[in-house]
Amino acid sequence: MDVRVRSNITFTGRDHGPVVMLSHGFGCDQNMWRQVTAKLGEQSRLLLFDHVGAGRSDLTAWDPARYASLDGYARDVLEICRDLDLRDVIFVGHSVSAMIGVLAVAEEPDRFAGLVLLTPSPCYIDEGDYRGGFTHDDIDELLESLDSNYLGWSAAMAPVIMGNPDRPELGQELTDSFCRTDPTIAKAFARVTFLSDQRADLPRVRVPTLVLQSAVDAIAPPEVGAYVSAHIPGSRLVTLDAIGHCPQLSAPQATAQAITSFVAECR
Amino acid sequence: MLEDDIDDLYDTAPCGNLSTLLDGTIAKINVTLLDWLGYTRDEVVGRKRFSDLLTVGGRLYHETHFAPLLQMRGEINGIALDLRCADGSRMPVLVTSTVKTGGDGQPLLIRTTIFDARERRAYERELLYASKQAEAERERLRELVAELQHSLLPDPLPTPPRMQVGAYYHMASTDRIGGDFYDLFPLDGGRWGFFLGDVCGKGPVAAATTAAARYTLRTAAAYEPEPAAVLAHLNSVLYQGYHSRSHRHCTVVFGILTPTASGYSVTIAGGGHPAPMLLRADGTVEAQPTTGGTLIGSLRKPNIATRTFSVAAGDTLLLYSDGLPEARTGPGTDRYGEEALRTFLAQLTPTSAPVAVEALTGLLGTLERLDDDVALMALSFDGTGSDD
Repeated sequence: MDVRVRSNITFTGRDHGPVVMLSHGFGCDQNMWRQVTAKLGEQSRLLLFDHVGAGRSDLTAWDPARYASLDGYARDVLEICRDLDLRDVIFVGHSVSAMIGVLAVAEEPDRFAGLVLLTPSPCYIDEGDYRGGFTHDDIDELLESLDSNYLGWSAAMAPVIMGNPDRPELGQELTDSFCRTDPTIAKAFARVTFLSDQRADLPRVRVPTLVLQSAVDAIAPPEVGAYVSAHIPGSRLVTLDAIGHCPQLSAPQATAQAITSFVAECR
Repeated sequence: MLEDDIDDLYDTAPCGNLSTLLDGTIAKINVTLLDWLGYTRDEVVGRKRFSDLLTVGGRLYHETHFAPLLQMRGEINGIALDLRCADGSRMPVLVTSTVKTGGDGQPLLIRTTIFDARERRAYERELLYASKQAEAERERLRELVAELQHSLLPDPLPTPPRMQVGAYYHMASTDRIGGDFYDLFPLDGGRWGFFLGDVCGKGPVAAATTAAARYTLRTAAAYEPEPAAVLAHLNSVLYQGYHSRSHRHCTVVFGILTPTASGYSVTIAGGGHPAPMLLRADGTVEAQPTTGGTLIGSLRKPNIATRTFSVAAGDTLLLYSDGLPEARTGPGTDRYGEEALRTFLAQLTPTSAPVAVEALTGLLGTLERLDDDVALMALSFDGTGSDD
């Protein structure tokens, strides 16, 4: 299958700039990056995509066995790189995609020139001395929330948005598909996201790495970012003056600036 | 007209009112919501964020869905979340938020209304539970039907000496058991009995008739050397129940293979069933109709037609049920038909039983819609086996 269709790949930015691959996290789709693409695109060629099962990816390609662990998602990333013959890629992974990036980079380090982990967490569940911030019951509660909010999937739920006067570039279709997914797939992805433990994979990263975290983040608190940075040899930790788990939305300038400087260093 | 006091309306409205800064910090909150939460104004204003008022699961949902959507759309409507009250209890609510922008279009703050959804959510939980139960029951039924269907068919088919066999069963419905059946089994003197038939209707009664037909045919074949007599037995058994509600008739071809020096002699008897196709080694396709045979089980004295032919190395005998020619080829009423089937088989011939069954299985996959079950059984004489 053509990875372009499967993963709804889009290119934007400077044609001959370094390739920066923007990988969205659990919840929504590649439009999570829309506030930073203009700035990042000034110097880089941006590859955006939707994880299979999210956004406008090919839902028929979703397979519960392949996507039962983050390895399946990491394989998709490597397949995209191979099929499009991309080299010296700088992978930017938000939230769960940060760990997808860790797995992909550990598997094929030669493909990548750098790795940006945006609000990463290698393990969301508390275990022994490790503080991920959540218990199994919390994750069950999230799954319940997903059950009671078939967000935009059931016709009754989908709010009718009469355009977006502030941002005419956002078409109706895009607004409608954002954060929408099949409830079964959403639950499976939530399980994989919040129950995975990638702590042991952090030391396998052998490319320049930037860990970007928010000053306040209910999902990936600062201690977790520090843990990630401490376990990836040679990585740098930057705390953004941002609130929430999605600094590319809440502090787009600062986020884009940090990524841009890192990309310049990687060249 | 009575004028309502606007401040009082804000504070004691039958819903929670909340204004937050863009980072979620609570700037203004009404009395109704404070009462629900069990907090004082000082405990929350400037001190807590909206997501701090939620359960942990709700907070995760807020960060991954609610906030990004609100940011993109400027509003979000009717999201089910749970408040975590001061005393630790949970309160199910429905949340609607809009972003208020200033004159320059820049977002200033987020306005949120919160509705008590305790009773509604209890009701929704019942619905969710019922739909999960129903899905589980459907899954159980599908498994049961598939297992039952499987148990009515031989698996695997035995292989007579110097022959190859192939069979396939397509279930048209995952929750209603069909009535097609087939079998191949040894008799004395090196002879083999075989049959393929179709009980009218679907469901448990058809399944019971299918089982009765299969065992009646096998038992009768052990005593009756003539295929017509075997079918007459089946007719008697099914006709006995003619006046009962569980009566079902069927179409069937029953045959006996008798070994000869160069292959097998085949005698078939038929009642109302599509003609078996003989795919010859020389590439020709011969229908072997049992014209004049009547449905089995619907008449006291049925007409049972018999014919005999021989098969030699390279020949393949194909039996099928009418679900195949009656499959729909498009969205309209067009059916695949006997003619198309013959053309398809002519291109396939000469062939062998496994190849023919595989090709026909592939063909079924290309047809628009199969309304009825399809049973296929093929026997081919390949001359390479041995007699023992």
